[in-house]
Amino acid sequence: MNDRHDDEKIPDRRRFLECMAWAGAGALWMMKGGVAHAGMLGSGNAAADATFRFVQISDSHIGFHQAPNPDPVATLRETIARINAQPQRPDFIVHTGDLTHLSKPEQFDTVKQILGEAKVDQVFCIPGEHDVIGDNGKAYFAHFGGGGVSGGGWHSFDHHGVHFISLVNVLNLQAGGLGFLGTEQLAWLQQDVAGLSASTPIVVFAHMPMWSLYPQWGWGTQDSAQALALLKRFGSVTVLNGHIHQIQRQVEGQVTFYTARSTAYPQPAPGRAPAPGPLKDLPAGQLHKYIGSRDVRHVRGSQAIAVTDIALG
Amino acid sequence: MFRRYLLLAAFALPMVAGAAPRAPGAEAAAGSSIEIRNFHFMPAQLTVPVGAKVTWTNRDEEPHIVVSTGNQFPASPGLDTGDHYQATFTRPGTYTYFCSIHPQMVGTIVVSKPLR
Ligand SMILES: [Cu+2]
Repeated sequence: MNDRHDDEKIPDRRRFLECMAWAGAGALWMMKGGVAHAGMLGSGNAAADATFRFVQISDSHIGFHQAPNPDPVATLRETIARINAQPQRPDFIVHTGDLTHLSKPEQFDTVKQILGEAKVDQVFCIPGEHDVIGDNGKAYFAHFGGGGVSGGGWHSFDHHGVHFISLVNVLNLQAGGLGFLGTEQLAWLQQDVAGLSASTPIVVFAHMPMWSLYPQWGWGTQDSAQALALLKRFGSVTVLNGHIHQIQRQVEGQVTFYTARSTAYPQPAPGRAPAPGPLKDLPAGQLHKYIGSRDVRHVRGSQAIAVTDIALG
Repeated sequence: MFRRYLLLAAFALPMVAGAAPRAPGAEAAAGSSIEIRNFHFMPAQLTVPVGAKVTWTNRDEEPHIVVSTGNQFPASPGLDTGDHYQATFTRPGTYTYFCSIHPQMVGTIVVSKPLR
């Protein structure tokens, strides 16, 4: 179906490949006093300086079966095996959504089984739009819990002085709109952070980007500004999301946004293709350079959160 | 999951029949296909006569869902690559729909009154 686009796409694809190459080995991003510092993995001493660490994975799309990855089960398994092989065990793994491709029960079963292979105390998930197809998340919540009193799946917890907030921005989407949080969730968020001191580091998980990354492709959340306004008084806010299957970073005041790679397949850079979707024509054998996981560390004695993206190959 | 579809279908039954018992006219069959390609409904606006059966076909690798704003006709299941969905429009009017997981995708079907 895309053959007629191939000629137009080649220059854009090359730019995308070059752009990704520098990040392929694993780039470390760190915020210090609101200023971003970049370095290569291994150049710093982040591991020794960390209070704790966790791993973010995203967009596993179990049930997808086409180019460039006909077997996303295998790549998710490899990702989990890589995490298990690290000498230091992460405190937890968070999956930021699109566990499945089509919200089918057997796809949820498969994801649950593979995530169960992780050697960590806790794995928790937030839903992507692919996980709530046709039933507003009913099957997803039946498999992974987190529906809570509201049924909407948002929740928060504290870990070593960091306040973690999981938001759900893939339910009740509105025609012509983007990702959506809704008034009920925003009211909950206001309550949730009300008692916290402004020096508490905040880490937010969501599936869709919480800034206007590329609305033409639906890459944003229509009421994210209202959520961020509630977090404005905090000195350190780190927002980790998935959805767009590539690394993108954005700094707005004290807030740093990071989108993660997929464990399944990359998508084009914003506007670099006729539409979002799988980047199908990767060079042979190169898929693993475009997918992977993310290591997140809390830097000891500071508000800083250090983010390292690690390709699968 | 299926219960919800049935509910929507029942709600919309006075307006739309999921499977048309009578053969659609040739004029209805001709221009009543919508392709979903590159995250767009093509054409984005389609005019059909009353009684037309409209068929959506997903040509993307991404799944899409056809959902009427205000439940004016039954929602499709998740359409994987190559999947089809059909709805028959038995009343004149303007029907707006969107993809419930990619809500920036919006389309319109205008069902015109029969010629007299
Ligand atoms: Cu869609």
